Amino acid sequence: MTDIFTKPELDRRTLLRRAAAVGLLATPAVGMLSACVGSSDEGTQEQATGTKSADNPLGIDPKAGVEIVIFNGGLGTDYATKVDTPLFNKKWPEAKITYSQTEEISTVIQPRINAGTPPDMINNSGSKLMDFGAIVKAGQAADLTDLFAAPSLDIAGKTVAETLVPGAVEQGSYDGKPFAVNYAYTVFGLWYNAALFKKNNWTVPATWAEFTALCDKIKAAGITPFGYAGANASYYMVRAIMTSAAKIGTEQVLKDIDNLKPGAWTNDAVRQAAEAWAGIGKNYINKTFLGLRHTEVQLQQNQDKIAFYPCGSWLENEQAKDTPQGFEYAIAPYPSVTAADKLPATAINAAAGEIYFAAAKGKNPQGGKEYLRTMLSKEAALEFTKLTKSLTVVAGASDGVVVSPGLTSANDAVTKAGKDLFMGYLFDTWYKKLDDESRAAANDLMFKDYDAAKFCDRMEKASQAVAKDSSINKIPRN
Amino acid sequence: MRHGRYPFIIGFLVVPVALYAVFVVWAYIQAFYLSVYEWSGLGPVTNFVGLGNFRKMWDDTLFWQSLKHNAFLLVLLPIITIALALVFAFLLNVGGGHKGGVTRGVWGSKVYRIIFFFPQLLALAIVAVIFGRVFGPDKSGMLNGLFPESWSPWLFLADERYAMACILIVLIWQAVGFYVVLFSAGMGNIPTEVYEAAAIDGATRVTLFFRITIPLLWNTVQVAWVYLGIAAFDAFALVNIMTVDRGGPDGATSVLSLMIYRNAFEFSQAGYASALGVVLFFLTLTFAALTLRVTRRESLEA
Repeated sequence: MTDIFTKPELDRRTLLRRAAAVGLLATPAVGMLSACVGSSDEGTQEQATGTKSADNPLGIDPKAGVEIVIFNGGLGTDYATKVDTPLFNKKWPEAKITYSQTEEISTVIQPRINAGTPPDMINNSGSKLMDFGAIVKAGQAADLTDLFAAPSLDIAGKTVAETLVPGAVEQGSYDGKPFAVNYAYTVFGLWYNAALFKKNNWTVPATWAEFTALCDKIKAAGITPFGYAGANASYYMVRAIMTSAAKIGTEQVLKDIDNLKPGAWTNDAVRQAAEAWAGIGKNYINKTFLGLRHTEVQLQQNQDKIAFYPCGSWLENEQAKDTPQGFEYAIAPYPSVTAADKLPATAINAAAGEIYFAAAKGKNPQGGKEYLRTMLSKEAALEFTKLTKSLTVVAGASDGVVVSPGLTSANDAVTKAGKDLFMGYLFDTWYKKLDDESRAAANDLMFKDYDAAKFCDRMEKASQAVAKDSSINKIPRN
Repeated sequence: MRHGRYPFIIGFLVVPVALYAVFVVWAYIQAFYLSVYEWSGLGPVTNFVGLGNFRKMWDDTLFWQSLKHNAFLLVLLPIITIALALVFAFLLNVGGGHKGGVTRGVWGSKVYRIIFFFPQLLALAIVAVIFGRVFGPDKSGMLNGLFPESWSPWLFLADERYAMACILIVLIWQAVGFYVVLFSAGMGNIPTEVYEAAAIDGATRVTLFFRITIPLLWNTVQVAWVYLGIAAFDAFALVNIMTVDRGGPDGATSVLSLMIYRNAFEFSQAGYASALGVVLFFLTLTFAALTLRVTRRESLEA
C-alpha cells in the first residue's frame, strides 16, 4: 500500500524536482545522506516530560510544544489543521503545535532523523514514504505501548486499543511491540458503478462462474469487463490475486508469504488464484491498460468504459472531481474461486493504512503520542471520515452517518463479512524488493503470458532471495 | 604587476572549488566509503561487509539487464545524435551551396536553427511527460491516434521489445538541437577559402561534407561523443517518468541510475546503492578516457 494516498497526478514542481535528481547526482546524494550521520553524536536531545495523572495518562509536559509533519496527498491536510490541532489545544491550550506539511516525507524527514532532531509526530505516507521497518530497526520510532494502554479521549471506560477495529494495533507492531498508528481503514474489493449495473440488470457475482458469465455479458455490451493500470498501479492487481488466494486457503496463506516461508508462493491456493485471474487477463482485459496510469484507467471507469476495477475505498474520494452525476461507486467482495474455498464469498480484505508515528529521538515524544491519542478520539475520527471520505480504525466512529454511496457500500460490505474480515498481507511494505517483483509478475500474468506456474515460481524465487539476504531486516508475523 | 595575479585568481576560484569539494568530491568519497558497508540509509553506519555489496551485484540479474540497457544507449545515442546533428548543421551552414563568394545554408536555415534548439529549452521532465503522451498505448496516444482506425494500437512503452527504443528516440530528439548548434559554431570556424577551393575543384556537397567538414570538425565531434556517452549512462529522468512500472515492463527499461535511486531511497539499501554508484563512476570514467584516447588516434590518421 505504498502510494495509496499519493496525489493522482504529478504536479509541475514535483516534476522539476525529479528532473533535478538526475541519475549521476544520485551517487553523491547517497553520500550526502550519510554526511548528516557522521556529524551527529549518538546522544539523544533533551526530552520534555510531565507528571502522569488520570487526566494526563501519557505524562506530557503541558507547556512543551509539539512539532507535527503531515503528508499532503489524497487525504489533504485539513483534518490535521482544522480538527486534530484545535482538539489537542482544547485540552492543552499552552502546548504550541508547530505544523508543517510536505509532499515528500523522506526528503524532509530523513535528514532530520539522521541529524538527531526529528519532529515529534510524523505522517509517513505517499510515494516518498520512508521504509518504516528500517526506522523501527534504527530505534527511531517511539514505542506506543503506553498510548494504546491509555484511556480513550472520549470513549469512556475503554483504552485506546479497545476502541479500534481488530488488527489495527497488530498492523503497526514489530516483534510484538506497537510503533505505528495505522489510521485510515481501507476496504478492498471490486469497484463498480451501481447505477450502470442496475440499468443493465447485472447482479454482483458470488462465484467465479458467475463472474466470468457476467464478464461475457458485459463484453457483449461493448464494455471492458475488468481493468487495472499496469504502468503504475499493478499492486492493485497483486492485492486481488492475494485476496483470492486467502479466500481459497484462509489468511494463513498470506501469513506464510509475509514470513517468507519456503513454498509459500507455490502453494495450491496461490496457484489457483493466479490461474483464475490469468483467465480474466486473457479474456476480459484491454491490452493497452499495461501502458496506462491509474488516473487514466479510473477515468475510463467513470466514463462507463470499464465495469470492474480492483481498488481500495480511497477510490471514490480520489475520483470525486471526475465522477459524473449519476455514477454510484459500490464495492463487491472478490468472488469465490472454487466451491471448496475456505472463506465465504462475503469475506473481505480490509486493512489499516497511513502510518502515523512518534519519533523516539524528538524533543517531545510523549507530546507526539498525545497528539495521536487526540486523532484516535471518536470526535476526530468522525470529522476525518467526513473530510476525507475515508473510514478510520476507530471502530464505529462513523456509523449511521451518510457520507457518500461508496463509503456506505464499503461499510455494508464490512458488516456482511462479519468475522470473515482479514487484514491481508504486509510483505509489500516490509520487503520493497519483493513488492517490486510482485508488480512485474502480476503484469506478466495478466497481460503477457497468463502463466500461473511461472508467476508462482518467480515469486517463490524472489521471496527466498529476500529470506537469504542478510541486509534486509526480517519481520516475523504471527 | 605579477604579484597581484595569484590572489586575483584564487579570489575567483575559492568559492566554486569549495562548493565542488564539499558537494561533489566529498560526496563521492562518502559513496566509496558507504559502498563497503551494509547500510539502510537510517541510523549509524556500522556493518562492514567488504566487497559483499559488489558480490551481490554480480548475482543481481537486474544489474546486468540495466548495464545492457546503458550499453545499448551508449552505442546508439552518440552515433545517431552526432550523425543527425552533423547532417543538419552542414545543411544549415554549407548545404545551400556557394553563391557570390559566400557559402550558405539551405533556404530558411535561420528559422530551422531556432526550431532545432527548441527541445533544449524544455526541462527533461517535461519532455518525458510530453512523450509519455506521444507514445500513449491507446487511441488517446498521439502516434496511435495518427495510425489508421483499423490498426490495433501499438503498445510502445508497454511492449518490452520497443520500450528501450522509445527512450532512445526521446533522448536523441532532445539532444540533437544542442549538437546542431555546437557543430554550427565549429563549422563557422572553418575558413571559407577551404570550401571555395574545393568547390572550384568541382567537389560535390557530399565530398565537401566527408572530406572537409568532418576532418576539420573532429575535435568538436570528439567532445560531443564524450558528452553523449555520459548522458547515455544517465537517462534517469526519462526512465523514471515515462516507463511502465518505472524501469519496466519487467525491467525492460531499467538503467543503472534508476537502480541507484531506487535502492537508496526506496529499498533502504543505501550501501548497495553506493556500490552501484561506485561502479557507475568507474564505468563513466573509463568510457571518457577510452573515447578520448581512441578518437585521438583516429584524428591523427585523418
